[in-house]
Amino acid sequence: MTALDFTTHTIPLEGKSKISAKNVNLWYGEKQALHNINLEVGENQVTALIGPSGCGKSTFLRCLNRMNDTIPSCRIQGDISIDGDDIYAQSLDVVHLRARVGMVFQKPNPFPKSIFDNVAYGPRLHGLSESKDHLEHIVKSSLERAGLWKEVSDRLLSPGTGLSGGQQQRLCIARAIAVSPEVILMDEPCSALDPIATAKVEELIDELRENFTIAIVTHSMQQAARVSQRTAFFHLGVLVENGPTEGIFTSPIDKRTQDYVTGRFG
Amino acid sequence: MADNHTVSAFDQELNALKTKVLRMGGIAEANVAAAIQAIVRRDKALADRTISSDQRIDVFDGEISELVTRLLALRQPMAVDLRFIVGTLKIATDLERIGDYAKNIAKRTTAIGTAVPTQPMHAIPRMGEMVLGMVKDVLDSLSAEDVEKAVAVRDRDAILDELYNSVFRELLTYMMEDPRTITGCTHLLFIAKNLERIGDHATNMAEAVYYIVTGKRMHADRPKADVTAEISDPSQVA
Ligand SMILES: Nc1ncnc2c1ncn2[C@@H]1O[C@H](COP(=O)(O)OP(=O)(O)OP(=O)(O)O)[C@@H](O)[C@H]1O
Ligand SMILES: [Mg+2]
Repeated sequence: MTALDFTTHTIPLEGKSKISAKNVNLWYGEKQALHNINLEVGENQVTALIGPSGCGKSTFLRCLNRMNDTIPSCRIQGDISIDGDDIYAQSLDVVHLRARVGMVFQKPNPFPKSIFDNVAYGPRLHGLSESKDHLEHIVKSSLERAGLWKEVSDRLLSPGTGLSGGQQQRLCIARAIAVSPEVILMDEPCSALDPIATAKVEELIDELRENFTIAIVTHSMQQAARVSQRTAFFHLGVLVENGPTEGIFTSPIDKRTQDYVTGRFG
Repeated sequence: MADNHTVSAFDQELNALKTKVLRMGGIAEANVAAAIQAIVRRDKALADRTISSDQRIDVFDGEISELVTRLLALRQPMAVDLRFIVGTLKIATDLERIGDYAKNIAKRTTAIGTAVPTQPMHAIPRMGEMVLGMVKDVLDSLSAEDVEKAVAVRDRDAILDELYNSVFRELLTYMMEDPRTITGCTHLLFIAKNLERIGDHATNMAEAVYYIVTGKRMHADRPKADVTAEISDPSQVA
């Protein structure tokens, strides 16, 4: 086996950084899954995380809202901060962190509740609504921002699981934004959707960028190219290259990036 | 460049595209050489063959456009593949233009007749040799992905422009000395201008090759020394 190449090429972020990861190493038991990751996620930008299966994209994404805490064998080292707040600090309230950093998963996973309750769940949990009217307002505006309101306004009390896949995913996005997070993490949010539903979610991602910071894992390079401003390419647990998306897809610096984006990995 | 894709059919298509562009380039280069020969030797038959050969270049141009469109749609290429595919399309356009200039030059074989004295005629092979060298080298640079060669082609364009300027002056001088040469020298002027334009297209191609291989723009200070526009008043030339 050849030695791992730990080189990272970074074209520095222009503008404000929202999330800063410094020297992040992560192990599952004995196996190291992330090697000294240094990455800045720009505020009000979409950052795409790409790379071959098993390279550590989801692992890294889960570090950003401490989802890995639930995995007993997982050990993490290094610093991750949001707006300068160390998210691994002893004093940090993880429930509060997950309200600041929402997550949307690969498979739409609405709760087995009504559409309304799906979206109202977070605001209720975090005590964000002052009254019934206020809660209704939050639900409506979240569904509107997720581009779903028109399609579901007449059936808010029917189950979320009865929607189409694409609608379910937008419902999950509405649920994520209902608690007014600062950051939204998305792990392959479109992989279960058809092209039209995908296009709608992509358009939504682009709109959400105005108010949120977004990090998205995707296996579609075209999707990364379409929705993101910056792209980070991971390979074997190493952050190989990160910089403006256009550069990654037109003239990547590292040969590993080139091989991956041109489809040369075996 | 076109090797080791996970989808090997893509490698084959990229190789086919490269082969097509190089073959098209070979014909364009041959046509320029033939056009110059036809002029110099006043060889009407050769001129006719050169003119009809231009069709083959146009056919290649069409085929390359189709292939490029298909590759973009089906393979959604990225990085060096994308640069290569888009670059070959640009190169094909330049080659098509070069072919047109060769045709234009060949067409003047008859018109020029025996009207031009031998002395001014010398300018044409002098420029022609240089232009042909540029076209040949830029095709080699594409074939071998040789960036240095591409830069050298671009650098020669300034020398070609200077040569064109001196030819321009020289021909004006002949015309002023002996107005009977005006018709013939005017044809030669157009031919010289066509050759100079071929050099510009070779330079475009060199820039495309550079971008394909490196992903960067060739340094912006492209030498430009065609000053004939400023000295077009003959009274200032003599
Ligand atoms: N809970 C876990 N326990 C042990 N190993 C894990 C766990 N989760 C991930 N891994 C390992 O860590 C590495 C990175 O996995 P990760 O899921 O982050 O990859 P990924 O880039 O998201 O891949 P994919 O594109 O397939 O989703 C892999 O080798 C994986 O097997
Ligand atoms: Mg994953």
